[in-house]
Amino acid sequence: MYRYDEFDQAAVNERVAQFRGQVARRLQGQITEDQFKPLRLMNGLYLQLHAYMLRVAIPYGTLSARQMHMLAHVARKYDKGYGHFTTRQNIQYNWPRLVDTPDILADLATVEMHGIQTSGNCIRNVTSDPFAGVAKDEIEDPRPWCEIFRQWSTFHPEFSYLPRKFKIAVTAAEHDRAAIKLHDIGIRVVKNAEGETGFEFWVGGGMGRTPIIAKKLKDFVAKADLLDYATACLRVYNELGRRDNIYKARIKILIHEMGLAKYAELVEAEFQRIRGTVALPDAEIARIQAYFAPPAYESLPATSTAFEAKKFEDRGFRDFVRTNLHPHKVPGYAIVSISLKAPGVAPGDISADQMDLVADLAETYSLGELRATHEQNLVLPNVKLDDVYTVWQQLRDAGLGTANIGLLSDIICCPGLDYCDLANARSIPLAKEIQDRFADLERQHKVGELKIKMSGCINACGHHHVGHIGVLGVDKHGKELYQLQLGGSATEDASLGDLTGAGFPPEKLVDAVETVIETYLRLRTGEAEAFLDCYRRVGMAPFKAALYEAR
Amino acid sequence: MKVLTANRLADGAVVYLAVGSSWVGDLAHAALADTPEAEAALTAAAAAAVKARLVVGAYLMPVVLEGDVPRPVSVRERIRAAGPSNRTDLGKQAEATLP
Repeated sequence: MYRYDEFDQAAVNERVAQFRGQVARRLQGQITEDQFKPLRLMNGLYLQLHAYMLRVAIPYGTLSARQMHMLAHVARKYDKGYGHFTTRQNIQYNWPRLVDTPDILADLATVEMHGIQTSGNCIRNVTSDPFAGVAKDEIEDPRPWCEIFRQWSTFHPEFSYLPRKFKIAVTAAEHDRAAIKLHDIGIRVVKNAEGETGFEFWVGGGMGRTPIIAKKLKDFVAKADLLDYATACLRVYNELGRRDNIYKARIKILIHEMGLAKYAELVEAEFQRIRGTVALPDAEIARIQAYFAPPAYESLPATSTAFEAKKFEDRGFRDFVRTNLHPHKVPGYAIVSISLKAPGVAPGDISADQMDLVADLAETYSLGELRATHEQNLVLPNVKLDDVYTVWQQLRDAGLGTANIGLLSDIICCPGLDYCDLANARSIPLAKEIQDRFADLERQHKVGELKIKMSGCINACGHHHVGHIGVLGVDKHGKELYQLQLGGSATEDASLGDLTGAGFPPEKLVDAVETVIETYLRLRTGEAEAFLDCYRRVGMAPFKAALYEAR
Repeated sequence: MKVLTANRLADGAVVYLAVGSSWVGDLAHAALADTPEAEAALTAAAAAAVKARLVVGAYLMPVVLEGDVPRPVSVRERIRAAGPSNRTDLGKQAEATLP
């Protein structure tokens, strides 16, 4: 993975020193809260319901064992012994004291981490496929391109005060695990007829109060043109995006209002004008790619007798393998997902001790590397099949062996009103109730792949618009109410969910979700027809009837 | 009926303005305002505390009395006063159970 050079490290160290001074001046009264707030936000420090909240960037979701140990240290020393992995592949701490934050950032800087660009109207931390570099279905590792974006966008003077925040996601796989069509710019690494690598650009996607699926802007942008083309996209937005209304300031609104053709024309004109300004030399691309060279894999048989035997002998392990393992591009290895959706635990939450264990497992069994996913889980990307049983045993003993990846209890869920200053309703307790109702793993398997996504407000951090079943918590006359949406998807077949109708009070929500699921089981043509396929075939009517007719 | 709440600047903790312009963590000890004049007095005291860098984000919040104890009207403020509803081991609700 990428390692900071002297410039990266100096920039982060300087930022820590700068922030230390800003905090001191705030505490001494030399700057007001209004002056301080944008400065703390530039370092990922929010003020939430109960305390400050610090958001730490995990560039494109890749982190080392050493970094994970540091995240555990921060949780233990400065917070309340846990952290929360978010839908942006970041981690948040819910209880840091303002007076400690310069020390926290200084500690994080020792492992090349920070909170820069995790807030504010800038280009945010670039996200990617959590299986990047190891996925069987990818063209090449997308992370060098993410890293190039990171270096280009960090402290970018022109793009530090955009009309609104700006999110870029990159994937290089057939199956989109990075939700690129729900980003301001989504990039798919592709090959042209000559076998050259290039980029398919999608623009204007996003969730929030006005969800829009991204539109394809260009089929193929050559490697050398990547940053010039991105600059043109950003520059047109920066110039024409609305600054008079925060709710209409995202690029998706600009493109929606001016039309894709007009936007594309302006981008193309700007691109042609500036082409070559920040041309990417092959040598520089190769230098960055070298950081992501495949680790020293052993030459192993494609199957492992020990692995197969344990699957046969141990039902718990078999269940784990069924959902939490994905094929690795190197024979004899597996991608192991660690579910952070254990029963009774808030989705994405992980204790400091668990972080340390996961870091140790990464060190011993995964060539030192880890990933955070936008579905709020973790990944050990490089586990030998021979070692999977041992890894599973240790995960299980630490409460991290939940075998539910892709099943309905693997719920994406924002912190909601239990923590978040913006939320209108709670989401974590409702996610738990759904998990409790469907605790029976066999029942979950019977339902099959089902992505439930919950947000506690319209900002949609819980991705409810693209849940197969989406849940949005709202405040109605001072009471929590939950709207249901069906048929959303965040992958290559991206779609936005349809609202079922009137919302449900918290005590009725789980029944409503169960009604939707039972209706699906009744309507599906067989186990091979997943919930989303069934919904797309039959439409909303039967679900609506089942939900509301008995009322 | 209202009380005045804010977050403490240094650590972000939820606090309430008590009688005598001190800030307390326990809503039960918050000063109550049931007239526009009383609300104005709390607001003025809070503005001074903001200026003195004790607290940030001060605002009046509606409560109802249950016996002598004020209880927030909104779900949001009930959660602020207690802690996350999914983690009763955290926040003020956890402190209250300490011996």
